[in-house]
Amino acid sequence: MINSVASLETKTLELWYGNFQALRGISMVIPRNQITAIIGPSGCGKSSLLRCFNRMNDLIPGSKVTGEVLFGGRNIYAADIDPTEIRYRIGMVFQKPNPFPKSVFDNVAFGPRVNGLNDNLEEIVEQALHRAALWDEVKDRLRRSAMELSGGQQQRLCIARALALEPEVILMDEPCSALDPLATLKIEDLMRSLAEDYTIVIVTHNMQQAARVSDMAAFLMMEQDRAGVLAEYGPTSQLFTNPKDKRTEDYITGRFG
Amino acid sequence: MKKDLAFQRRLKIRQLQGSSFSALFLAATLVGIFALVILLVDVFRDGIGWLDWQFITSYPSRKPEEAGLLSAFFGTLWVMVLTALFSFPVGIGTAIYLEEYAPDNRLRRLIQTNINNLAGVPSIVYGLLGLSLFVQALALGRSVLAGALTLTLMSLPVIIIAAQEAIRSVSEAHRFGAYALGSSRWQVVRRIVLPTALPGVLSGTILAMSRAIGEAAPIIAISALVYLTFIPSSPLDRFTVLPIQIFNWVSRPQEGFWHLAAAGIIVLLVVLLSMNAVAIILRNRYQKRTEE
Repeated sequence: MINSVASLETKTLELWYGNFQALRGISMVIPRNQITAIIGPSGCGKSSLLRCFNRMNDLIPGSKVTGEVLFGGRNIYAADIDPTEIRYRIGMVFQKPNPFPKSVFDNVAFGPRVNGLNDNLEEIVEQALHRAALWDEVKDRLRRSAMELSGGQQQRLCIARALALEPEVILMDEPCSALDPLATLKIEDLMRSLAEDYTIVIVTHNMQQAARVSDMAAFLMMEQDRAGVLAEYGPTSQLFTNPKDKRTEDYITGRFG
Repeated sequence: MKKDLAFQRRLKIRQLQGSSFSALFLAATLVGIFALVILLVDVFRDGIGWLDWQFITSYPSRKPEEAGLLSAFFGTLWVMVLTALFSFPVGIGTAIYLEEYAPDNRLRRLIQTNINNLAGVPSIVYGLLGLSLFVQALALGRSVLAGALTLTLMSLPVIIIAAQEAIRSVSEAHRFGAYALGSSRWQVVRRIVLPTALPGVLSGTILAMSRAIGEAAPIIAISALVYLTFIPSSPLDRFTVLPIQIFNWVSRPQEGFWHLAAAGIIVLLVVLLSMNAVAIILRNRYQKRTEE
């Protein structure tokens, strides 16, 4: 077992979209400064679980959460917590690169600006772009539209955009699914280097990717019409080489899913 | 072999079908263009000779040679500016509320249905509403203000619907991206939704404006007066507008006034076209700015 401090912890977390239950009794501890992968078949609730960590499900009408998600000792679903603060501390990168139709600079400066951090913007932006391994490619075109960048560059820009707020956690929802293998490799390298300073939770449908980059792995599954069951959670090496659960073994050896 | 023969025969028919339908649709398109050309040629032939500086700078008169549309022109300008001032903020505010804030419940659907229905209400009905509400109940009199408020009510449904469509076309991915960076709802609206939706909102508003200033019916209900020899100097002054002046000239028996009506139509068309041009320029400039 890897011993380290918890960054996020869920306690019997359940999620409904209207009458549909998307997550069932999820309890897990996500360690700090490590990469935790959430894997599982399509529709099992991977992305839904990820969106619970920064309250993005709040934006979906009819969604309801019970249980707790502890972050820094506080339940982020407590009544006195503004989701804005959670999203300020926990960044997110989406499945499809979604840079705003603004300049490269304005994209990275967006987070600091909306949160009122207007001092040293130039420096914040440059540093975020450095950390996202994008600086050298865009330093001469900071004022040009972000839409001119390639898909892989756009995704690294979205990572830089999240980094500009210096979050404690970065959530990544299948960040490479729209990218070619080369761009994917770049993002994976980047994730490894970011894990030194950040806690990363990544949703992926790509087994190899989970095995390559993650320290911890959670296998979410779907049985008949029951979605969102956490079948197994543990160190990636153990989950992939010596799964305790028969269903995990079937899935990672490709017998279903 | 037999199969190929059947194919070849069918192919001829299909090609014929293709070209005849394309001709049919072209003809349908030409009907509209043809009608417009005839209208323009007819109006220009009748009116261009009477369109001069004197016509623009004179008040209405009993003698066609001395009559002009100064009061109607400025009346239209007044009403247009006031209507735009009232209807743009209210319209865009309503659209933002319905699309970004309102929970999806019965009340919202009721409001939405009503807005859609209001867009189809005949303009004379708005005129009667304006007469009883603004002119009489609120005692604004037959004033520019009463006219502008009436046209505002009439334009609002169209503006709201156009603005809603523009807001709805803003990508969810951008909205979520902004929320995920800790934006408040207002910041998402201000920094993501509005810049992207504004070109659509603007063209919807200007389209509604052009319809409003071409309307005679609601203004007739409010300001029956058509013989005005002064320019309104405050929103509470009496007024007339171009369509009413034109309507008045058309209904006169003397031929000279018909030419004046045609000249008036040319002026109205020029005003309408310049408004559309402004809409296009605004839209292009804004689009360029957001794409940069």
